[in-house]
Amino acid sequence: MNIVDRRLNPRGKSLSNRRRFIRRARKELTEAVRKATGERSVTDLGGEDKVWIKADRLREPQIHHSGEHGERDHVLPGNKTFEEGDLIKRPESQSGAGRGSEGAEDGEGQDAFQFALSQEEFLDIFFDDLELPDLLRKQMKASDSFTPVRAGHSISGSVSNLNLKRTMKNSVSRRIALRRPRPAEIEAFEAELAGLAEAETPEDIARREELVVQLEDHRRRSKRIPFIDPVDVRYNRFEMVPQPVTSAVMFCLMDVSGSMTEHMKDLAKRFYKLLYLFLSRRYKNVEVIFIRHTHVAKEVDEETFFTSTETGGTVVSTAFEEMQRVVTARYPRDQWNIYAAQASDGDNFSTDNGKVSALLKKIILPMCQYFAYIEVNDEGGRELNTDLWRTYDSLVKSGSPIAMRKVSERSQIFPVFRELFARDQQPAQRAAYDT
Amino acid sequence: MTPSSLVTPASPKTIQPDWDFDGLRRAYDAISDIALGELKLDVYPSQIEVITFEQMLDAYSSIGMPLMYKHWSFGKHFARDELMYRHGLRNLAYEIVINSNPCIAYLMEENSMMMQTLVTAHAAFGHNHFFKNNNLFKQWTDANGILDYLEFAKTYIARCEDRYGEDAVERVLDAAHALMAQGVNRYPRRKTHSLRDEEQRARVRRDEQERSYNELWRSIPASARSHRSTTESERRQLLGLPEENVLYFLEKKAPLLKTWQREILRIVRHVAQYFYPQKQTKMMNEGCATFVHYHVMNRLHDTGFLDDGAMMEFLQSHTGAVFQPDFDHRGYGGINPYAMGFGMMQDIKRVCESPTDEDRAWLPEIAGSGDWVNVLKEGWANHRDESFIRQFLSPELMRKMKFFDLADDSKSDLVVKAIHNERGYQTIRTKLANQFDVVQNEPEIEVVDVDLDGDRKLILHHRVYSGILTEEKDTRMVLQHLADLWGYEVVLAEVAAQSDTVLKQHNAAPKRGVLVA
Repeated sequence: MNIVDRRLNPRGKSLSNRRRFIRRARKELTEAVRKATGERSVTDLGGEDKVWIKADRLREPQIHHSGEHGERDHVLPGNKTFEEGDLIKRPESQSGAGRGSEGAEDGEGQDAFQFALSQEEFLDIFFDDLELPDLLRKQMKASDSFTPVRAGHSISGSVSNLNLKRTMKNSVSRRIALRRPRPAEIEAFEAELAGLAEAETPEDIARREELVVQLEDHRRRSKRIPFIDPVDVRYNRFEMVPQPVTSAVMFCLMDVSGSMTEHMKDLAKRFYKLLYLFLSRRYKNVEVIFIRHTHVAKEVDEETFFTSTETGGTVVSTAFEEMQRVVTARYPRDQWNIYAAQASDGDNFSTDNGKVSALLKKIILPMCQYFAYIEVNDEGGRELNTDLWRTYDSLVKSGSPIAMRKVSERSQIFPVFRELFARDQQPAQRAAYDT
Repeated sequence: MTPSSLVTPASPKTIQPDWDFDGLRRAYDAISDIALGELKLDVYPSQIEVITFEQMLDAYSSIGMPLMYKHWSFGKHFARDELMYRHGLRNLAYEIVINSNPCIAYLMEENSMMMQTLVTAHAAFGHNHFFKNNNLFKQWTDANGILDYLEFAKTYIARCEDRYGEDAVERVLDAAHALMAQGVNRYPRRKTHSLRDEEQRARVRRDEQERSYNELWRSIPASARSHRSTTESERRQLLGLPEENVLYFLEKKAPLLKTWQREILRIVRHVAQYFYPQKQTKMMNEGCATFVHYHVMNRLHDTGFLDDGAMMEFLQSHTGAVFQPDFDHRGYGGINPYAMGFGMMQDIKRVCESPTDEDRAWLPEIAGSGDWVNVLKEGWANHRDESFIRQFLSPELMRKMKFFDLADDSKSDLVVKAIHNERGYQTIRTKLANQFDVVQNEPEIEVVDVDLDGDRKLILHHRVYSGILTEEKDTRMVLQHLADLWGYEVVLAEVAAQSDTVLKQHNAAPKRGVLVA
């Protein structure tokens, strides 16, 4: 007999089957996920989700007898009162008395099928075929980047990493422990011996002979016991730590002036959340910066960003200036992928539009991986293009990569989001928008 | 001696509540003394594997095999089982045992030491003995080769996925799985090859085809060959018809399949054949294992290896397993094979040891023989569920289980045709045996003809007994798969067995580009 402990075997043996199943049920699952995201508030998104799938494609058919025709016998256990020849009323809606619950359960299980998607899978399907522009390139670059990090000491290493302090500390303690004579002691002996060179008295002679022996001993010891022994040597040790260059920072810019209604903010919030979820799927490390603005802009925390209202005019360029300040201070461009998403109702001081255009073109767009603008409207929407829209529009027409959309209803968020980040966007298409 | 056994203070005579490896070993040895010494079981060497519940679910979903090729349906079963398990709707089986040499038995880590002892007796001795000695298993399965063969199947299919794409392979597997029930030989025809040879044979077959391939044959004008017409009997002989194993027929004769597609059909066919005996002997197999564990556990209690507490725990678990709900009970899901099997084995032991006059009349060969060990072993070796019931079901047990027989003509009220009394015993025994007969419960389907000169239509017959037809929707789906594999039209005629009249006909035409060009 042989006992094998398999508990530590690699887990998830059936994962590849699960993956195949999900691929098979892709269409149905995507439908179900879409439905789930549409019905619920976005903050709900991302928990473990159970979805019902019903699909012929997931049926495993076998030829089997039908319960509806023919003559058959059922032998059943547990007779209580029946006598031979008794008639029993045919049970309704059952394929046959004998098959009972088994048949019914099977039938149902075959048709509709409940499936629990993990958070990962749910979002994977949600983000299916979405890609951000320039993303792959950045990711390729970012993979396998290592930074050396100090990690204690080692007894071997290259000379340049020699830790002198440690080495000398070891050397001193070893020399003390082994009682290595210090050079000063030897010198003192030598001096005393020199002084006694001409000595005549028997004490002096005895002392001189004693000194000679001692000096000899000291010299021998100091030669035997090296000043620095290989066992003393210590080097600084470094470990190569993979560095999360796959970091992204996401700037949420929003107009919080009085003209923004709760409804508009709600739309904006959903948009940011979706973008955040998407980025957190793609990057190990995602930071979010919230910048709100009226006629002045300020970096705030999320709570304040969405809840507090401010009064004042609307000067969009201040938000860009604030963003530029934050990037310069904290997010060097070679270490961060920068994404910006702006939500606004389209109002801006008309004198500011020129500045916005210049800032965007010269500073913001070049440093961003991606810049998205959604213009939120109250339900019903507006027919006319706003100043801001026209400003951005002219930028897009001249070839700047801005993705822009108008959104006025909750249900438009998801399709907008898909379009914004649709895979294989060409620069020209990316700039396209609907009116 | 291992270090752990040095520090474990456990006395070798009793078991601890929690299991450890040393305890497993001692339990195995104690069981072995009884199972081999008293019951004279003949088993493959055992390999006991301790696994987590997740791994148990894994094993569940891949039809209990430790390795299996990849397919979405296994993922589906896993998801379903996992959900049910997590919601507490279903308990996992305490064990899974694999008909292989060495015989692999899985123990779950959550089990108590008593459960591990029970499961070891049940699986590593009971099922193990049955696998090694039952004739069906001996004839149709190859315990030595199965793991190697599955390894081959797994890598072969993985290689096909690499070469032809997951989709292409999936389509073949879907179709093959749909025909799995029609992929077994019910009656032996010739000696099957050891599964271990299969990989070798697959390679030789492929090499030979490559070697003998000649471009010239493709250039022969079609007209030169098309005028040949064959008589029906010639044609049927040529194609080896009628053929009950549809997968076999397709593998050998389907005109458009590629070599790798044929090989996949072959793999699925072998897996189906490997499991066919288990289907036919479910009740006996469980009965044998349950009987063995019941005997062993009681004897272990006698010797003091199991204390009273462990024995109580055992009895609770045991009675749960052999509980048979009545037909009108909410939990009724058919006849519980554990209950039925265990009941029959215990009953046979009783008849051997202390028969009544009734037993002497009904079971004259074994009544009072006293030698129940050998009677049972004979029975386990030479029967399947259906014949075992026909041979050994006693009136005593029928009364105990309160069997009754209902006649159902799918139209009018149900009629109680027999109950557990003198007039009914014979009927119940026969009907119950039929109920356990896999052959009677699955549609009998054969490939009967191919229109070779015409449109190559494949003709199958379902022999209909007592007017029981096949279920329409599933049949249509399976036929579609069949047509896709065959590459031409397929017709399934449901023919009444008595009168040879066609009751119903299903047609399917292949979807081009699904499986074959």
